[in-house]
Amino acid sequence: MFGKLSLSAIPFHEPIIMGTLLMVSLAGAALLGWVTYQRKWGYLWSEWFTTVDHKRIGVMYIIMALLMLLRGFADAIMMRGQQAMASADAAGYLPPHHYDQIFTAHGDIMIFFMAMPFITGLMNLVVPLQIGARDVAYPFLNSLSYWLTASGVVLIMVSMFVGDFAATGWLAYPPLSELKFSPTVGVDYYIWSLQLSGLGTTLSGINFIVTILRMRTPGMTLMKMPVFTWTALVTNILIVAAFPVLTVTLALLAADRYLDMHFFTNELGGNAMMYVNLIWIWGHPEVYILVLPCFGAFSEIIATFSGKPLFGYKSMVYATAGIGILSFLVWLHHFFTMGSGADVNAFFGIMTMIISVPTGVKLFNWLFTMYRGRVRLTVPVLWTIGFMVTFTVGGMTGVLLAVPGADFVLHNSVFLIAHFHNVIIGGVVFGCLAAMNYWFPKAFGFKLEERFGKYSFWCWLVGFYVAFVPLYILGLKGMTRRMNHYVNPEWQPYLVVALIGAVIIMAGIGFTLLQIVVSVRNRAENRDLTGDPWGGRTLEWSTSSPPPFYNFAVLPHVEELDQFWADKEHKRAYKRQARYADIHMPRNTGVGVFMGAFGTAMGFALVWHIWWLAAAGLLGMVGSFIARAYDTDVDYYVSGAEVEKIERARLVPSQKLVDHVDPASAGQKVA
Amino acid sequence: MQVVPTTHPPLARLKESFVNKRSLVSTLRWSCAGAAVFLSGCNMEVLSPKGDVGMQEKSLILIALGLMLLVVIPVIAMTLIFAWRYRASNTKATYAPKWSHSTAIEAVVWTIPCIIIAILATITWRTSHTLDPYKPLDSKVKPITIQVVSLDWKWLFIYPDYGVASVNEIAFPTDVPVHFEITSDSVMNAFFIPQLGSQIYAMAGMETQVNLIANEPGNYAGLSTNYSGEGFSDMHFAAIATSQQGFKDWVNKAKASSTQLNVQAYHALAQPSEKQGVSYYAAVTPGLFNNVIQQYMSDMSMNRIGTPPPAQASAIPSPNDHAKASE
Repeated sequence: MFGKLSLSAIPFHEPIIMGTLLMVSLAGAALLGWVTYQRKWGYLWSEWFTTVDHKRIGVMYIIMALLMLLRGFADAIMMRGQQAMASADAAGYLPPHHYDQIFTAHGDIMIFFMAMPFITGLMNLVVPLQIGARDVAYPFLNSLSYWLTASGVVLIMVSMFVGDFAATGWLAYPPLSELKFSPTVGVDYYIWSLQLSGLGTTLSGINFIVTILRMRTPGMTLMKMPVFTWTALVTNILIVAAFPVLTVTLALLAADRYLDMHFFTNELGGNAMMYVNLIWIWGHPEVYILVLPCFGAFSEIIATFSGKPLFGYKSMVYATAGIGILSFLVWLHHFFTMGSGADVNAFFGIMTMIISVPTGVKLFNWLFTMYRGRVRLTVPVLWTIGFMVTFTVGGMTGVLLAVPGADFVLHNSVFLIAHFHNVIIGGVVFGCLAAMNYWFPKAFGFKLEERFGKYSFWCWLVGFYVAFVPLYILGLKGMTRRMNHYVNPEWQPYLVVALIGAVIIMAGIGFTLLQIVVSVRNRAENRDLTGDPWGGRTLEWSTSSPPPFYNFAVLPHVEELDQFWADKEHKRAYKRQARYADIHMPRNTGVGVFMGAFGTAMGFALVWHIWWLAAAGLLGMVGSFIARAYDTDVDYYVSGAEVEKIERARLVPSQKLVDHVDPASAGQKVA
Repeated sequence: MQVVPTTHPPLARLKESFVNKRSLVSTLRWSCAGAAVFLSGCNMEVLSPKGDVGMQEKSLILIALGLMLLVVIPVIAMTLIFAWRYRASNTKATYAPKWSHSTAIEAVVWTIPCIIIAILATITWRTSHTLDPYKPLDSKVKPITIQVVSLDWKWLFIYPDYGVASVNEIAFPTDVPVHFEITSDSVMNAFFIPQLGSQIYAMAGMETQVNLIANEPGNYAGLSTNYSGEGFSDMHFAAIATSQQGFKDWVNKAKASSTQLNVQAYHALAQPSEKQGVSYYAAVTPGLFNNVIQQYMSDMSMNRIGTPPPAQASAIPSPNDHAKASE
């Protein structure tokens, strides 16, 4: 009836896990109770869970990402604590089996359920607004993507309390991840949570490619698209090209584990090297999938706050596209030590270095955007400058690792760990937090307050260096990654410093949360009535904050790169229309939620071999989709009169402000 | 005992072969010196190698770092200077609100990274070949072969020329190249002695190779650098580089051991175990290493062709039988 599942799957004997379970349950119960007490379930369901509005879906993605940041960081600080203690063969406080799950979960959660939802959320929030569209191309699909990602989150969270998670490292290299060496359900949780969320990501990639290619407002040619949209386009092309590889690779691993196949086993002609190649053919583009939208966000931020157009827009676009193409030609640099010949290693090493050329060009372009500008040192700009410095260092160590001869002694060391945290924290996390500070007022109509934002930035920046410079040094001392304990007592002082760094980062995360809470509480003071709090240049700032659900009452017409800036200069922004046309909008639907729920049930059932439930889950998903396909009531029209009423309410206050503010210096007071 | 590298300092040799322009060499030397001073504050094993392979890799790391710092330092400096100089409150600085293109600057910012990467790519191409782990080292001395099998969770070392074997400890004479042949009889691992240089993966059914040399006697830490499961953290071994006499003594110590590595002993050893101590085997069943590799290959051919496995593979039962037996 319940497959392999029994009460013994719950690790009652693990005090840390049970304590966490208790806390998560209490917090969850408190939250549910509060929502019930406030009678907000109806509101949440009809306005948020069933929404097909890209802005709200974007916000939900980012909330998910922030929650997963907490989970992933809890894993991180536990690892730091363990390594700071487990010197000279002391056991530390985490037994290997638990510790091994933690570093696996940390990697998977941070990449798949923190960074990916964050950038998908940002793209959702911003891209349609930047291209003057009223929604994405497939609004229902967008909702479905979100709920599939959410079902992956549910599975990976459940794995902590029911059964276990993979203890294999975040990419689950076989043969270790094969049934023979990992007989528990951990790897199965890994496979199905990634398959579900990966499906969501692929669908979302298709959605955004179509949106960007087909739904741009009249006049916006490709070379007049804002840079963030360009990076989003390239990222989504990479997603559509790379994620199916992940899906197939994991499907083959699942076939090994469920159907006794031998794709990657030691025996019967299986070849683990194949898996390693395949997973990195997805994995290397993946890092660019994450970082390119962040590059886009930094480009928007640095241009806006320097009061200048982005320097070298065309260079930026070509560099982005170049990085996108090259990202598929470098995967082997993740395993120079597999024993490929010198020619192969040298080829992939050199291809990797070549990527640093367009990346370097981007850095110079941001530099020259600040040059002769009026740089307002707001929170998003601080993140950007912190990124430029930190990412340069990370890029340097990355190119060093791309030299096969150097990689032979640095591979898999904590030097490598320091390198990729240097680029992922310095690039992706800084980018996401910069973007969150930058676009927050657009989403909610009030700004995030500055003080805690600045505290957060400084804690993250200092904490990062304190946490990872010791790891660079330890890598050069020969310490390898994923160690539960170690013999050499010389390593301990460095690991204690690294732990202190992690604590400083924790303060940074705390300040971010505090910043959000305080900003919500003091929202009246930070209200943005203009829709354009920073003196923005691109179309998303031309509508109100938050934008009406239809984004634009009249689709803007684009003739220039920074159209909104030009409109403000020529005093033609905020034009009131004589009459408004009816607007065609998609209707909310709960089908995405249902499909996500059925998907979760199916994934859970597959993990535990509960075949009837797996079949029911699959049928539920397919059935919901078919039901949706026959639903003809999926859209409606907002009448012109209704639009006019909304627009009048929004234009009156902003008009007043705009009359008094020189567009070039709007928002300057923030500095 | 003449080994070529000892006659030329490797750093100088690398530099000679890569760059001829004096000015660049001098800049590089300063960058390297700076990096070296910064990094010498603590004793770093990878940067204090005891063998020629490691020496070359250390030089490569420092040269590559030096080259990149030529761009990285200006970029970081410019970031901070521009942000400060053009801060909004500094109204004395020039403000050019429309300026967003300069062909000259664009040309420079594309060219400089291209030049650096072109130099680095040349270095990469050459060193990928000179430092290819499979390439025998330049030496007049006949190398010693050590066969390495990674097991859950310990290292088995077989000396085919001496007929002895050991667990979690190897010894070899200084200034003699050591040719390692590496495989796994379980999951993937990686074989690494940080102070001697290159690491390489250990994979079941496959043989990888690495050639290393120690030019100074010492007891060097060895470890697995590819996570392999619960006992991974204890998968370390000692690599003893010693005199010819010291090596002979070590071999004799192994020969004096009371145990032999036959098929039964091997299977007992291959059972998963953690924190395994050092042990020695006075004799080894010939062909054991090849059979460890072949067992996976023969299994495939058996299933495909339906014929019994080749005789040479019969020393070890197939892993399937093995798995069944252990269930």
